[in-house]
Amino acid sequence: MTRQMQWLYGWLLVLPAAALLALFTHYPAIATAWHSFHSTPKGARPAVFVGGDNYRLLVDDPIFWQSLTNNLWYALGTIPASIGLALLMATWVNGRLPGRGFLRLAFFTPTILPMIAVANIWLFFYTPEYGLLEQITKGLGFASHNWLGSKGSALGALMVVAVWKEAGFFMIFYLAALQSMSPNLAEAAAIEGASRWYFFRRVTFPLLMPTTLFVLVNAVINAFRMVDHVVVMTRGGPDNATELLLYYIYEIGFRFWDTAYAAVLTMVLLAILGTVALAQFWFIGRRVHYQ
Amino acid sequence: MSAIAVDNVSKHWTTREGRVHAVDGLSFALEPGTLNVLLGPSGCGKSTTLRLIAGLEQADGGRIHIAGRDVTDLPPAQRNIAMVFQSYALFPHLSVAENIVFGLRVRRVSAADTATRLKRVAELLGLAQLLDRKPGQLSGGQQQRVALGRAIIAEAPVCLMDEPLSNLDAQLRQDMRAEIRSLQRALGITMVYVTHDQVEAMSMADRVILLNAGRIEQNATPVELYETPANTFVARFIGTPPMNLLPLAEGADGAVIDGSSGPAVAPIDCAGLTLGLRPEHITLLHGEGVPAMVAAVEYLGADSLVTCRLGNATLAARVGGSVGLAAGDTAWLSWAGSAQHLFESDGTRRADAERNEAATMFA
Ligand SMILES: Nc1ncnc2c1ncn2[C@@H]1O[C@H](COP(=O)(O)OP(=O)(O)OP(=O)(O)O)[C@@H](O)[C@H]1O
Ligand SMILES: [Mg+2]
Repeated sequence: MTRQMQWLYGWLLVLPAAALLALFTHYPAIATAWHSFHSTPKGARPAVFVGGDNYRLLVDDPIFWQSLTNNLWYALGTIPASIGLALLMATWVNGRLPGRGFLRLAFFTPTILPMIAVANIWLFFYTPEYGLLEQITKGLGFASHNWLGSKGSALGALMVVAVWKEAGFFMIFYLAALQSMSPNLAEAAAIEGASRWYFFRRVTFPLLMPTTLFVLVNAVINAFRMVDHVVVMTRGGPDNATELLLYYIYEIGFRFWDTAYAAVLTMVLLAILGTVALAQFWFIGRRVHYQ
Repeated sequence: MSAIAVDNVSKHWTTREGRVHAVDGLSFALEPGTLNVLLGPSGCGKSTTLRLIAGLEQADGGRIHIAGRDVTDLPPAQRNIAMVFQSYALFPHLSVAENIVFGLRVRRVSAADTATRLKRVAELLGLAQLLDRKPGQLSGGQQQRVALGRAIIAEAPVCLMDEPLSNLDAQLRQDMRAEIRSLQRALGITMVYVTHDQVEAMSMADRVILLNAGRIEQNATPVELYETPANTFVARFIGTPPMNLLPLAEGADGAVIDGSSGPAVAPIDCAGLTLGLRPEHITLLHGEGVPAMVAAVEYLGADSLVTCRLGNATLAARVGGSVGLAAGDTAWLSWAGSAQHLFESDGTRRADAERNEAATMFA
């Protein structure tokens, strides 16, 4: 086979994947950017070029800022918690304990359940008066509280659901990484007198850094991407307290049909995710030990 | 006081196929400052024994003493030992220096003390140029020395090694053997060294403990192991090619090799015993000794390996240089009385040593 033939074969082989990627990822992204500089077409009125007008709208939109802040809090609250919990569960079920197969399955179950179902289960937990949480707190003598209905606790309640859902998923990655670590390392450290915590801090955790980076990227993306539970549980309320960026995009785009403004919001989301991913790979990637 | 005393220690595992007695009532005592080899075929319980001494496994029964202290129920850290793992168990993300001083950091040894000890160990092992590298950037032999460095910097009086040289090539293995031995002597460490390589065992050890199926077959010096094997297992395990074991039967004027018509090789009361002869102790002298039919001749350079059929037995003889024999020829085998080993029908060495010597026609 000549070099040119090889070259042709190579391109032919990646063509299907490349075509799908272009069709469903690159084209929509570029189209979104294009739309964000045009007005929303309405009836007989076609879209016209408006320059940065849509973006100026963004700056003065209080709900956008609220949803952005909400999303940042949401990310800050769910990412470290779910990663920490995942690590904890993974180290626990990695040890030799009876029934660990069952535990692994139990921790992983939230991941395989559809988010809509999960959200409905939690909706029952949080229901005022007769929900599970309410029954427990009432039994303990606390005052009744509407978890999803009050501004102060609604976002927190959603964060708990997300952590519960995500931790099991991330645990699988940590567990896989832990399983590939030689037990001799722990034994060598034990002979030197290292405590379990010391060993974790000096050896296990650094060796898990590649996994942590991977999980972190996924967690950040998920924090901006997961809205199913918002749809089921709060619809952004009360008083925009659980308005997350993607849910706001959905509302603007498909409830108010302001596609131009939705495109602007989407560009913002893309910019955030792109920056975060780049930053993670650049800064943390340097400090990660790859074997 | 012995450095390590293992007293009737057992360890079993329950697997799907049933109970595996990895270590079965093991007892031995090791002198301070000696190098002791645990030798035996694969799966005989060498690693398990070592891990029991280290405290990485819990014994089912029996006691273990280190330097007179009962350590049976103590965790590894309190046993005052160092260990080199077969896989080295180096921390891949730490530099060579950090790997070596890992234990000192755990024990919060002062920075100045750590630095001097690191310098000494690095020079001793020729690692001074490599201290900033990661284990992944080292050759197998260098990694091995780092593992060794981590073990000796602790200055523990007891060092345990589990097949530390098995991953190295022949040349490096030979160098490291000498290096470990001289280091052990220089520092006066009591060492327990696991291997299944008998050359390693014979060349390094002060004492060899030969294990089989979780039990001790013989606990002796390398010379004793070779010259007076306690039973047929030891006789076959030590030496290459292994010792010839020839059943004796009653013949016309004494015991003959079973299935042959003679001549007699031992007094008549030896019939029913097994005669052990090392291939290298057999000489070929025309017209002298026992005639046998040559089955094959292998020329090995310095010597030749002649395989013969004698009665019902096949035996090997190792003779210097090349021999002018071919398959089908007759070879005349003879040996000195001192080369003769006699084993009872249950495989143990015949108790009476003088009778062994006397019991030869060539005396
Ligand atoms: N964790 C375990 N679970 C079950 N059986 C085990 C375990 N570890 C060892 N064994 C069994 O115990 C026996 C002794 O094992 P051990 O590792 O001590 O052998 P060894 O002499 O070191 O062999 P090798 O030379 O192959 O390393 C073997 O039959 C092995 O299958
Ligand atoms: Mg072993």
